[in-house]
Amino acid sequence: MPETKSLKTYRKECQESLDNEYLRSALDKFAVAYRVGRDKAFSEIDVDQLVSEVAEMKDETLKSLDRYLEQFTRKAEEAGVVVHYAKDADEANKIINEIGKNAGCRKVIKTKSMTAEETHLSHAMIAEGFEVTETDLGEWIIQLRDEPPSHMVMPAIHLSRYHVRDLFSEVTGQQEDEEIEKLVKVARHQMRRKFVEGEMGITGANFGVAETGSIGIVTNEGNARLVTSLPRVHVALLGIDKLVPTIGDALSQVKVLTRNATAQPITSYVTWVTGANECGASEGERKEVHYVLLDNGRREMVADPLFSQVFRCVRCGACANVCPVYRLVGGHKMGHVYIGAIGLILTYFFHGEENAKHLVQNCINCEACKDICAGGIDLPRLIKEIHTRIQDKDGQPLPSLLLGKIMRNRKLFHTLLRTAKWAQKPVKGEDGFMRHLPMMFFKEHDFKALPAIAEKPFRDVWLEIKPRVENPKYKVGLFSGCVQDFVYPEQMIAAVELFQDHDVAMVFPMEQSCCGLPVQMMGDKKVSKDVALQNLNAFVGEEVDYIVTLCASCASHLKHTYPILLEDNPKLAEQLGDFCDKVIDLSSFVHDVLKVTPDDFDGDGKKVTFHAPCHLCRGLGVHDAPGNLMRTAGMDYIEAAEAEVCCGFGGTYSAKFPELSAQLLDNKLNNVEDTGADLLLTDCPGCIMQLRGGLKKRESETEVKHTIEALAERRKKKKR
Amino acid sequence: MTETKEPATTQAAHYRRFIERAESAAAIVSAIGSFDEAVTYAINLCQERPLNRYAISDEPVDTGGLRKIIAAPSLSEAEYGLLREKCKAHLIDCIESGMRDHLNGVDVGLSYGDLGLAETGTLVLNCPDEELRLATMVCEYHVCVLPKSKIYADGYDAAEQLRVFMQDAPTYTAFITGPSRTADIERVLSIGVHGPLELHILLLED
Repeated sequence: MPETKSLKTYRKECQESLDNEYLRSALDKFAVAYRVGRDKAFSEIDVDQLVSEVAEMKDETLKSLDRYLEQFTRKAEEAGVVVHYAKDADEANKIINEIGKNAGCRKVIKTKSMTAEETHLSHAMIAEGFEVTETDLGEWIIQLRDEPPSHMVMPAIHLSRYHVRDLFSEVTGQQEDEEIEKLVKVARHQMRRKFVEGEMGITGANFGVAETGSIGIVTNEGNARLVTSLPRVHVALLGIDKLVPTIGDALSQVKVLTRNATAQPITSYVTWVTGANECGASEGERKEVHYVLLDNGRREMVADPLFSQVFRCVRCGACANVCPVYRLVGGHKMGHVYIGAIGLILTYFFHGEENAKHLVQNCINCEACKDICAGGIDLPRLIKEIHTRIQDKDGQPLPSLLLGKIMRNRKLFHTLLRTAKWAQKPVKGEDGFMRHLPMMFFKEHDFKALPAIAEKPFRDVWLEIKPRVENPKYKVGLFSGCVQDFVYPEQMIAAVELFQDHDVAMVFPMEQSCCGLPVQMMGDKKVSKDVALQNLNAFVGEEVDYIVTLCASCASHLKHTYPILLEDNPKLAEQLGDFCDKVIDLSSFVHDVLKVTPDDFDGDGKKVTFHAPCHLCRGLGVHDAPGNLMRTAGMDYIEAAEAEVCCGFGGTYSAKFPELSAQLLDNKLNNVEDTGADLLLTDCPGCIMQLRGGLKKRESETEVKHTIEALAERRKKKKR
Repeated sequence: MTETKEPATTQAAHYRRFIERAESAAAIVSAIGSFDEAVTYAINLCQERPLNRYAISDEPVDTGGLRKIIAAPSLSEAEYGLLREKCKAHLIDCIESGMRDHLNGVDVGLSYGDLGLAETGTLVLNCPDEELRLATMVCEYHVCVLPKSKIYADGYDAAEQLRVFMQDAPTYTAFITGPSRTADIERVLSIGVHGPLELHILLLED
């Protein structure tokens, strides 16, 4: 659990993880292997369909939560179970301690349960004199180290066989071998006696099935079977979000849960316990069984129209598996008790604002979690929303306030950018990079060279180059975004040239400003709204077929976030719908609308690779268009490993967590260099800034360009 | 003709798929023609594998002079009689109850599966009977006989049957897919943590 004193302390802790070589290599290997395994596990299944079924089922369950709770309770009670409700963690722990004391138990055996981690149950029981043994191998290992889990499904993923060997040697009093098979057998032997001696078994549950009052437990080791069978008392602690109406509903969840969690079609054991079963250790032949249903912030969470979707979480841990930040820092830094993207959210509701406030800033908004989520939860949006809520309550930090003030006023913002051009003169090099950074502000930014502000922004150039197109096939509005307007106007110019060749008439509304994503990332929703409205108004009245942007982040923000930002103004609905429908990214426009052919280009066979911006591949679902375009334009396209993993830019993220941003960039550039390509293309000026800066710092020969530049350079010259 | 042909083909497909999936989950699958073959199989396996017991008190484990044990709590009288006869001939102990006196380990657990789920190669054992439950958990090697006709396409296909099991509460319904496993140390897959080290599925022609 990270200390939460200040953002600075938190960053320091993240740095410690970055320096942990074992952790880094373990998580790197896992990130790559997980993707391959998961693809295989889902190869015969329509994942999107399954995810939406699970989401719909959970949403429906939530609507009648009290009815299902009542049904579950009644069925369980009919089958001899005592059902308890706990409003918070303390109450749950108290109830369970009481059960243990009343039954005269001392030795407790436990299975892995995130809900028990959430309430810190083991600590509470040990404090009352119980002897608690974790029986899941990974949980036992971290119990021996007195550590919290670092992954929801693989709690000891941060430890090596050598760590485990040393721990086990202490337990057995003899030197153990580090061979994993042998270590597993040590646990098998040590744990058998614990199972036999256990008087009280504690489990979590993956499901509470309302129609039968059964609980379902998904495991691999077989410990849950023993914990629910051998002791005379069984207590299952489960959140009220674990409720499902029917056994069929539970089975659909199993289908997505195990595949998403560990890439298994199913785990070794799925155990369904219905009622107080026969038990040879009990006096009355029936086991004493208790279900403790936990609220602990869940009802508050699901009462919120935005956060109710968190109810769909099946605790598969996949959002950590694909999170590029988790991969760098591990679970102890990417969560409080719950880990990964969902962990940032649950921390806020279950463990309070204090524990969440720095964590929620450590989201790079790459949307990898949203893309993989078994319940289709919009995790990045929820994380950002929590950030906003905390800031609205505690007050905006100074940089965010300043940015907000500037962004709200387009003229002021643009004037500042124009002024910056002069201010940077003494430090700007011939090559368009800043020679020295004003170190005071950017000392941690030294991992990449930063670009200089262009001589002339695109909005000024446009007035000079605006082409006349006779008999246009399409009419498009250009949305430049601030980076292409003020830093890389040449990318916009390349687009204008290629579009003109294809008889596209263009307009560039001058009132357009920054898309607003940077302020959104800083957690300032009000300014974010103002800017959205400004841009919408800038395009109202322009009769265009498409609104093309060369920046994937702008495109995704305009298309998907504007409707959310402006949803409280129904008068705008029609205009907004029209605006959003028309927004299209560059590659899709050229590929799907202009439908360019090899005849349009003079190819040169240049070796080229592509970095897929997060907001292109996941934000807009564009995966193949850029590669196809490169081939169409006669280039030799080589796909890079992990092409769809974030480059570490993340807008303002790279300023807030420069160490993490730098490491993500390093991983990305290694993959790029492995392709042997001379040219790296991408569809987002932010990524270009990050990638170019990093390659420059490496003194690499590889060039970075926007896809449009590579296309425009290779186009056959047409007579005008 | 056509009426019976389609289901038969589907059943054959489930059967093939069940075998493929169970094997990919590290189960060992064989076909048998009668229960007698299951008895022979269990005895052979019991003889081939080493005897292993666990320390469940301060007393150290001494396996010297111990006989191997086959636990088979849920067989019919005739089936258990047959097993007992054959075990006797091979100097193997055979038990159908008293599992709580054998928590330090039994060698082979012999059981019947109630359902098979082809999609994942899963055995479903409905075991309200504690003896059966413990036998399949505590044994080193689990041998499970599954009549071919009990193989369903997947959990949805079998949901109605599962509901029937669970509505007759209290009960304990186990989905078992391959042997006990873990990847908790360095994500390296290891077989046999707390449950059986091997799962043998004998598909019975019926």
